Amino acid sequence: MPEYTLRIRRYDPQSGDAPRWDTHTVDLSPVQSVLDAILKIKDDEDGSIGIRCSCQQAICGSCGVRMNGKPGLACNTHLDEAAQRGHGTGWNPPDEGQEAPVITVEPMGNMPVIRDLIVDMDAVHWKKIQRVTPWLINKEPVPEREYIVPHENMVDVTQTMACIQCGACVSDCLAMEVDPLFVGPAALAKAYRFVGDPRDADHRERLNDLSEDPHGIYDCTHCFNCIDACPKGVDPMSQIMRLRRVAGSDFDIKDRNNGYNHEHAFVKNIRKNGILHEPDLLADSYGGKLHPAAGKELLSGLPTAVTGLLRGKMTPRTALLHPHKAPPEVKKLFDTIDGKQQRYELNLYVSGYEDEPEGTETEGQS
Amino acid sequence: MKVAYWPGCVSRGFTPELHGSMAKVAPLLDIELIELDRAACCGAGVIAEHNQELADTLNARTFALAQRTDGELMMNICSTCQGAQSECQERLDANTDYREYVNSNLSDEGLSYEKGLSNKNFLWLLVENIGLDELKQRVKRPLTDLRVGPFYGCYIVRPVDRLGVDEEHPRDRYLHWVIEALGGTVIDYAGVYKCCGFPIITMNKEASLKQAGRHLGDAIDAEADCLVVPCPLCHLNLDLQQPVASKVVGRELGMPVLHLPQLVGLALGLSPKELGMNKHIVRPTSVIDWSTSVVAGAA
Repeated sequence: MPEYTLRIRRYDPQSGDAPRWDTHTVDLSPVQSVLDAILKIKDDEDGSIGIRCSCQQAICGSCGVRMNGKPGLACNTHLDEAAQRGHGTGWNPPDEGQEAPVITVEPMGNMPVIRDLIVDMDAVHWKKIQRVTPWLINKEPVPEREYIVPHENMVDVTQTMACIQCGACVSDCLAMEVDPLFVGPAALAKAYRFVGDPRDADHRERLNDLSEDPHGIYDCTHCFNCIDACPKGVDPMSQIMRLRRVAGSDFDIKDRNNGYNHEHAFVKNIRKNGILHEPDLLADSYGGKLHPAAGKELLSGLPTAVTGLLRGKMTPRTALLHPHKAPPEVKKLFDTIDGKQQRYELNLYVSGYEDEPEGTETEGQS
Repeated sequence: MKVAYWPGCVSRGFTPELHGSMAKVAPLLDIELIELDRAACCGAGVIAEHNQELADTLNARTFALAQRTDGELMMNICSTCQGAQSECQERLDANTDYREYVNSNLSDEGLSYEKGLSNKNFLWLLVENIGLDELKQRVKRPLTDLRVGPFYGCYIVRPVDRLGVDEEHPRDRYLHWVIEALGGTVIDYAGVYKCCGFPIITMNKEASLKQAGRHLGDAIDAEADCLVVPCPLCHLNLDLQQPVASKVVGRELGMPVLHLPQLVGLALGLSPKELGMNKHIVRPTSVIDWSTSVVAGAA
């Protein structure tokens, strides 16, 4: 059996000692899990390593950790897969003379460490879940028998229901890294679970709440980390985009972060110009050139704009006129598709990929 | 090689030096660019957020226009275009009924997208089609002693399945490889795979620029001479907004940020001015000094 080296981050905040790295070597099959390796090390070498775990079958969501810099469940990450993970997104050659690359195991990010690999989920993750009213508020009258969700709606929320609350997406959320108040991927995916449920009575209030919160749905920075982090394919970022779509298009909710303005300004801008005309987008995202907020923003951006003009990044002509015009065919697409009664969305989590035999992984284009 | 070329919006807007430097570098690599000048914006994820079918149709139209050319493949110079277009293409390629439905929107124009287009960022094309050996052979002024920090951003490396990042195509190492092939020194720092913050610049400016400022600061701490980005939107936050980011994070920055074609162009013998570096907000002084010293050394 191959030999794997694990570097485990040890830290006890109560002790007053700085964190340290312990190295252990295990002989295990490549398809055994990182959790198997940690438990073996605990049994054979050092029982004091702190890790939270229970089901060992990727159901309970307890054993979230970072392996070679990437978050996931220790119980459903094979040793060979963990070894292949780089600190980037998937490449980590062994050091010279080594058979297999070292597997670094750390606690998840964005949450305080309680001890070693155990983080305080209550302080961050669960607080944020509580923030989004994570239960159904029944539309009255409640039927006497089962309250049935129509099939298409059930399918629609299936993806968010797959969440096991492991916190892997929270761990690597790059918006939360700079804005700890951001509601975050797990909680917002949970919010969509109820916004997508026709039995819920409070769709508008939920969306108003999350749009008005300056750290709500418009605080996501599109970094895709949560998509790669999730061991269950919940795709939290896409759920956030769906919340924005429903809030902005169906409920016409204008938020204080300019998310609504930005989205509508962007669409209008491309419909008119075919490609983006940035100066207009900037003003329109703040409510239009004559809006006081736009004036303030444009004024604060004046030094940048002047430097840009001086350096030739833009010319008065490109800044004020519209050198590009959308071809009429493009304008027509905007009008026809945006004018349809019903939006058509394809969710690959539900529909799957037609060409692939079951059980194989999706291959990216090349 | 001939490619259907999608420059995106920002390279023709606030970062004209990107479009210009690509035009200068292409002939030096024997790339013939057939510009898709009738195609529309990829939507940058924002149109998809508004209406998925609209974003998929606009990009299906771009793909169909690319397939009409005699280019071997479609090439872009913007990670955000790559990411947004790959997302639409994933849906279009996954489901025949959906593809036909979206194509029906394009029938008035006589356009139709056929499954399986290859759409690559210039970075991918450099490594996978031109090849690093060929690139090395064309280097006239190796970037010796130039310490370059790669900044991948998000859209070109995540999600890994959609973007085809795997052992066979370790696309999350390509910037490292290209810097090395050009003779430069790769600087690893905390921000290599992080987000520049640009998508929320109008929504939460402080959070947005805190991201940009931190990565720039980390690169300074790692003693990089400059950063290189494959995405003009990252360039907007890291260069255009750098003076403001500096205030947000409360430290001096002054880190030059190069577009990928500019870095390649430098090594292929073009001057910083030819590559439009005079248009940057942060003067790439370290790069210009390096370039001058190399030219002086050669003389």
